[in-house]
This record gives sequence, structure tokens and C-alpha cells, in this order.
Amino acid sequence: MENQNTYNYKVVRQFAVMTVVWGIVGMLVGVIIAAQLVWPALNFDLPWLSYGRLRPLHTNAVIFAFGGSALFATSYYAVQRTCQVRLFSDRLAAFTFWGWTLIILLAAITLPLGLTSGKEYAELEWPIDILIAVVWVSYAVVFFGTIIKRKVPHIYVANWFFGAFIITVAVLHIVNSAALPVGLFKSYSVYSGTIDAMVQWWYGHNAVGFFLTAGFLGIMYYFIPKQVGKPIYSYRLSVVHFWALISTYMWAGPHHLQFTALPEWAQSLGMVFSLILIAPSWGGMINGIMTLSGAWHKLRSDPILKFLIVSLSFYGMSTFEGPMMSIKTVNALSHYTDWTIGHVHSGALGWVGLVTIGAIYFLIPKVFNREAMYSTKLIDTHFWVATIGIVLYIVAMWIAGVMQGLMWRAVNDDGTLTYSFVESLEATYPYYIVRLLGGALFLAGMFIMAYNVWKTIAGSKPADEAIPQTA
Amino acid sequence: MSTGLSLFIIILTLANIIACYVLIKWSSKQKANEAAEGNVTGHTWDGDLQEYNNPLPRWWLWLFYITLVFSLVYLLLYPGAGNFKGLLDSNQMNDYEQEMSEAKTKYGPIFAAYTKQDIPTLAKNPTAMQAGQRLFLNYCSTCHGSDAGGARGFPNLRDKDWLYGGDPVAIKASILNGRNGLMPPMGAALGSGGLEEVTAYVLNLSGRKADPNFVEAGKQRFDSLCAACHNTGGTGNMALGAPNLTDNVWLHGRSEGAIKETIAKGRKGIMPPHKEFLGNDKAHLLAAYVYSLSQ
Repeated sequence: MENQNTYNYKVVRQFAVMTVVWGIVGMLVGVIIAAQLVWPALNFDLPWLSYGRLRPLHTNAVIFAFGGSALFATSYYAVQRTCQVRLFSDRLAAFTFWGWTLIILLAAITLPLGLTSGKEYAELEWPIDILIAVVWVSYAVVFFGTIIKRKVPHIYVANWFFGAFIITVAVLHIVNSAALPVGLFKSYSVYSGTIDAMVQWWYGHNAVGFFLTAGFLGIMYYFIPKQVGKPIYSYRLSVVHFWALISTYMWAGPHHLQFTALPEWAQSLGMVFSLILIAPSWGGMINGIMTLSGAWHKLRSDPILKFLIVSLSFYGMSTFEGPMMSIKTVNALSHYTDWTIGHVHSGALGWVGLVTIGAIYFLIPKVFNREAMYSTKLIDTHFWVATIGIVLYIVAMWIAGVMQGLMWRAVNDDGTLTYSFVESLEATYPYYIVRLLGGALFLAGMFIMAYNVWKTIAGSKPADEAIPQTA
Repeated sequence: MSTGLSLFIIILTLANIIACYVLIKWSSKQKANEAAEGNVTGHTWDGDLQEYNNPLPRWWLWLFYITLVFSLVYLLLYPGAGNFKGLLDSNQMNDYEQEMSEAKTKYGPIFAAYTKQDIPTLAKNPTAMQAGQRLFLNYCSTCHGSDAGGARGFPNLRDKDWLYGGDPVAIKASILNGRNGLMPPMGAALGSGGLEEVTAYVLNLSGRKADPNFVEAGKQRFDSLCAACHNTGGTGNMALGAPNLTDNVWLHGRSEGAIKETIAKGRKGIMPPHKEFLGNDKAHLLAAYVYSLSQ
């Protein structure tokens, strides 16, 4: 049973391996729908392969299956080690793994069947929503229970971010998913009209802010100083940017609804708080990158560090781009174009993807009782394949997005629109092909990773590591 | 919104902005019992995790201050702080209406000039037809297709087959006021045997293969149940929008099954009115463009 003298690595191993598996699944679906945008016939006239059903499967799989498993793995690993105690409850931790995996499987079945609540990034129907809430509360109990029984007086900064992420995601999920069921697979949102839209984007943007930002900043704060072997650049900066980030992110949702039926005051608040967000977001980037100060040479030889540091560059870029796109005049051009898709993926592939991959490469040998990953060279190859993929993807979408925005607003001398929608779509084809290529490269990187992970863990004799008894 | 809610929003907004400022001020000052700048704070986690107590980068602080000041100025000038309208008295709805009225002043005369020409003349004016095509591509192509070739349930506008008439007046009336096509379901009235017979007769009308045993019986049923709208002999009635059934043009599918379904379950076709949306002048130009397609 529970051995209080060791860390619980079993659940970390499970989630770490599933991160790689779900990463491949989610990104493969992404590549398929990117191909469908180039060759629509690829849905083979089968409803469950149609773009509208696979797209939510892709977003759910990469955010909650790949990203979620990474967050579980890294937070469970970091919270034990920085609190110097075993996880609060092994059984509850095991429940979160099997519960989360069940949720993902249910998503993979129900979404292609067309069962959806229609809320972006929260498409799953009410029975699965309830299961998510139960698993998430269990996660909170395990995490905060571990914090409470810690043997170290202070709470490490990574745990502030993991903690904020866990609490906020619970609130967001429960409020946004509130619905009246009318059958086992059908429910109606308790909100209507503009209020429903606002609740969805309050959820949607904070899913980005807390799930994909705060949570992954937690990863950054543990794994970067560990990998560099130097102290975090500034404790004070972490205090300021933590509180400023979590308080201002809450306001930013309305920037998804500029120039809609949403009252103008709410649109304006969404914009100004998005702009205020630049500095708090960059605080994390500065703290991570400056931790490397004086050890820059390590970037040359350590591909794991490349993943971690380059992820912060993409993080800095997309957290600058986001506020710019929230400015009403910019948004008037960028909204509804592929620029948005490019922005999301510079954050998703560049920041979330790369920091996760770096952390998992760090984690796998540690929890599987190996000296290091099977091949450092393959990690380096993965880094370059992934980075080139991201650059192709986001540059294609930037050009496509700005082009679409300009085409849609082009007007002739007589006031008629210069282009019809279909013409803008036709002009986008070459960029869709480049995007497909970029996505395929990123996916290829994940296969390299899977091979490397497989070679590392095959035949390993994993054991829970003993907890050092000195504080 | 109520004054109370407005105040609540204003207070919450300002509180968060001010809290950011206080937070920066508070942490940029060195406290008495704190580690000296550039030193580690003294806490260690997991063996080697430590933190320097470095000051906040100056450029970063300025960036933070600038966004805070920008926000306050923006909320002073533009609507954002609850009910407060902002000093510039700017407003999205007014901006929109102003832009639309400016566009009307600028472009209105161009279309007004086109309206002075009758539709057949206008249809021969290449500049006008270019503008007409662009209007068509943006307002009509979603249903009728970029080439106006139509789709199942949406009429082809390039052939000479018209539901409501292809003369300039009828086309313009279709665009301005829309059309409501209704074929009532006849399945119950016909019964399954009757359905087979009428289907055979309708196929026969367009000269297509049909069971000769059914055709004659179908004609009798057609004359009593269908001819009121489709006319004796199935030549249609443009006043009602009842299609001509003798020309082998099939709006809702040409297969025997589709025709049977149309008869049994009925069809509903809606062309929405564009009078309010486009106005008379643009409808006139569009009518000329559509007219030109079948000339």
C-alpha cells in the first residue's frame, strides 16, 4: 500500500506516457482536418469524418488529452518534490488518471457521433461534464492535500500557478457547462443569447489563460531552473506577474466578441485588460529566459533546454500578438480570418507544445529509472522538425489571415465588394497546403518522440524514488 | 443598465487597475528583512530550486505603466466604464450609421443613375453588368451559385425556364419582394397506388420513360388534383410559381424517387425579399444582371 517514504511516480508515469499518445492522436486529427480544408473530399461523405465533427475532437484532444495529461504528470511530479511528501492520496490520484482517460475516450466516441453541446472547447454533453467536474475536484484534493501536508515551509512558485489553474478551471467548467438536460445526450445551456456568448468566451479565453497559460507556467517554473541548474531570475517578478496575470486574465474574454451584439462597454473592457495583460504575461517569459543568464552556452548542447527556452519565445510572441488583436481596429481586420488560427497555434504548438515536450523529455528518464533519454540526437532532431513545422504553420496563417481580411474589406469605385467570399477562399489554398505541411512536420516530431520514449522505457525497472528526509 | 450595476462595474474595473499599480509599487521596493538584490531568497526546494531576488526589469515596469495609463485614458475617452459614455461621445452604433450614410451619399448616385435606364438596356451596359455581377456574387451566389447555375431546391437562373416569369418586371419583383413557393403534400390524398400513377404521368409529361399502364390513370388523377396549379397538361402557372412539368427541368431532383417524394411530401421554396436590405436601385441592377444571364 502507500509508502510514505517514497514519491508516487506511478501516476506520473501513466500521465507522461499518455501525453505522448494523446499528442499523436490529437495532432493526427488536426492534420486530417487541415488536409480536408485543402481536399474537402477527404471526409469521404461520412458524417463522423466531417470537418465539423472532427474539429472539436482535435481541439479537445490536444488541449485536454495532450495538454491535460501533461499538466497532471508535471504537477503531480513537481508538487511532491517541492513539498517533499508523497501525494496526498494514491487512490484518488489513480482515480484522476483512469477518470481522465475515460473522459477522453468518451469524447473520442461522442464527438464524431455528433453529440455536442455546441460550446467551443466545452462541446462534451452533460453526463461527461459531470464526470469532468468529479475528476477535477479529486485532482484539486490530491494537489492541495499534498500542499497542506508539505514538509517545506514555503510554497514553490510553480505550485502557485498549478494551484490557480486547478481552482479556476473548476469554476470555469462548472459555470460554463451549466445546462438543462432533456435526454442522456442532449441538454440546453441555462444561458441564452448574448449572455451565453459572453459566458462561453469568459470560459473560452480563461481556458487559454488558466489551462494553457497558468498551468504551463507552472511547468516552466519547475522544469527550466531544474534543467538549467540555476535559480529563478527574480522572486519579486514572479509575485507581481502571478497576481497581475490571474486578476487581469479574467476580464479578457469579451475581446472574442468585438463588434457583436455584446454591449460596447464590455467590448472595451475586454480590450483594455487584454493590453494590460502584456506585461504580466511577459513576466513569466523574462523569469524563464533570464534564468538562463550566464549559462547561454547550454542551449548549444542541450536540446531539452532548446525546447523549454524556445517555447518561451513563442509564448512571448503570442502574448504580444493576442493583445494587439484585441484592439478594436486590428480586430476589425483580423477577426474571423485565419490569422486567429495562426495566433492560436503559435501559442498551442510553440508554447504549450514545446514546453510540454521539453518537460516530458526531462521527466521520462527520471520516473522510469533511467540515466537519460535513449537518444539525445533524436531529441535534437525532434526540436528542429517541430520548430520548422511551427514556423511554416504560423507564417502561412499570418499571410492567409491578413490577405483574407484585406480581401473581405476591399471595395470598388462603385462601392461594391471587390471579392466574393469564395474568391478569398480560393486565394487561401496555397497557404492551407503550407499549413498542412507545417502540421505534418510537427506530428512527425511526435512520432520521433514516441520512438525515443519507447526505447527509453522498454525494459526499464521503474521504482518510486525515496523522499530525502532532510529539509 | 442600472446605476448600481454601472457603479459596480466601474469600481471593479478601477480596483483591478489600481491593484496592479499598487502591486508593482509594493514589490519594486526593497523590504527590510529581504535578501539583497542579486542574492538568492534563502529558500530551497527539491534539492536545488532557488530564486534570486532580482529587481523588476525597468523596461518591463515601463511597459506595465504604459498599458495601465493607456487603459485609464481609453476608459475616460470611450465607452467602457459602465454607463459612462466617454468624453469623445463615440459609439459603435453611431459610427456604423455614419459610415453607412457616407457610403450612401458617395455610391448612391451611381446606382440611381442605373435605375434611370430600363432593364434590357442596362443589361447591355458592361460597366453596369460588372457591378451587377459583384452584387450577385455577394448576395445571391450562396443559394444560386457563383455561376447562377442553381442547386437542388435553388433555381438555375441561366436557363430560360422561369418559375415566376423571366421578363424584367417579374425578375425585379422576385428580388424586391421575394417568393414563397409551396407544393402541398399529396401523399395522403393519392394513396400509394395513386402516387405511382401520378409519378408515371409526370415523368411521361417530360417525355421520360414511364409505365404506360400507370400513365393514363395518372392523368386522370392529375387533372383532378394537380391541374389547378400546374395547369392541364402540366404546363405550369407562373402566377402561382407552379413549375412547368413538361420541360424536363427538375428543381428538387430529377430521379423518379425524388419526384415521388416531391409529390408525396410537398416542397417549400423561399426566396427572401431584398427590398429593405438592398433598396430599389441595387435590386434594379441585380434584376438587369439576372435578366442578362438568359439573353
